[in-house]
Amino acid sequence: MHELSIANSILEAVRAEAARRPDARFLKVGVRVGELSGVEPEALSFSFQALVKDSDLEPLTLEIERRPRCQCCPACGRVFRVHDYDITCPDCGEGRTRCISGHELEMIYLELEDV
Amino acid sequence: MSRIPLEKKVLNENDLIAAELRARFGAHGILCLNFVSSPGAGKTLLLEKTLAAFPKGERVAVLTGDVQTDNDARRLARWGFPVKQITTGGACHLDARMVERALADWRLEELDLLLIENVGNLVCPASYDLGEAAKVVVLSVAEGDDKPLKYPAMFFRASLLILSKIDLLPYVPFRLATARENALKIHPEMEILELSSTTGAGLDAWQAWLEARRRATRAEFHSAARVISGQV
Repeated sequence: MHELSIANSILEAVRAEAARRPDARFLKVGVRVGELSGVEPEALSFSFQALVKDSDLEPLTLEIERRPRCQCCPACGRVFRVHDYDITCPDCGEGRTRCISGHELEMIYLELEDV
Repeated sequence: MSRIPLEKKVLNENDLIAAELRARFGAHGILCLNFVSSPGAGKTLLLEKTLAAFPKGERVAVLTGDVQTDNDARRLARWGFPVKQITTGGACHLDARMVERALADWRLEELDLLLIENVGNLVCPASYDLGEAAKVVVLSVAEGDDKPLKYPAMFFRASLLILSKIDLLPYVPFRLATARENALKIHPEMEILELSSTTGAGLDAWQAWLEARRRATRAEFHSAARVISGQV
């Protein structure tokens, strides 16, 4: 359950942005959460809501973009989504493919109200 | 309504401190390893056996993290090397800031190996870089051989998997081959060792792995020092 710490880090980053834009009202923050990030999206949403409630950042909401694990095959160049942990290339059968996405834990955007 | 792009890591602050720590370890030629596992997999006993085998004066230190108590630090301090307990007071993982604070009153020039024992937890410590050269994940045979599939984030990030407590194999349904296969599914480059800290079986292979990593770290440090001093 480190999602509370993660949610807090997101809010700290939003506050840093808010300090630079004192007149802005922030509505939404977009975060990318990879399948291999070790972060559970539902727990993150729950923690985020709990921290925002009655805080200076209300009514900020969180939008999570989930990223599946994708591998790239060094032999044939095929990029594929991993199902059931099988990282074998579906085209050429190469077993040692490279992970190219799924470990992300990134802030993507901030939405603010026009003034 | 307008949207501003951010494109930064959520744990940017932790990652910055971790990068600083990594640079400091590099500058002192220190190999730093971050030991992770579920609670009770045998991290502390493995570290005790590791310390016990070192000669007096070995340049090694240990940081050990727990939610409460300094029991582990007391166990580890018996071997005569510097040990410090980090009590997280509820947090389920160590972060880079805690490591930075714990190192504040140690002289890094007196070390060339730093072993960090993380809080027993296969989930949260995966997200926090501590500036280590490698994560070592310990999985005991008293657990399930499907653990790598259940906690892929950790096994994806760890460089070495230690299958521990192999002396218990006759009494548990754990299949070593299945555990290996599952770990390699998540992380094909994973190195894997099997050992028992209780009987000592396999400890020599672990010590050899550690020594090889230390040698590589030293070689890198010395070649960097030669470049800096203009000898190359």
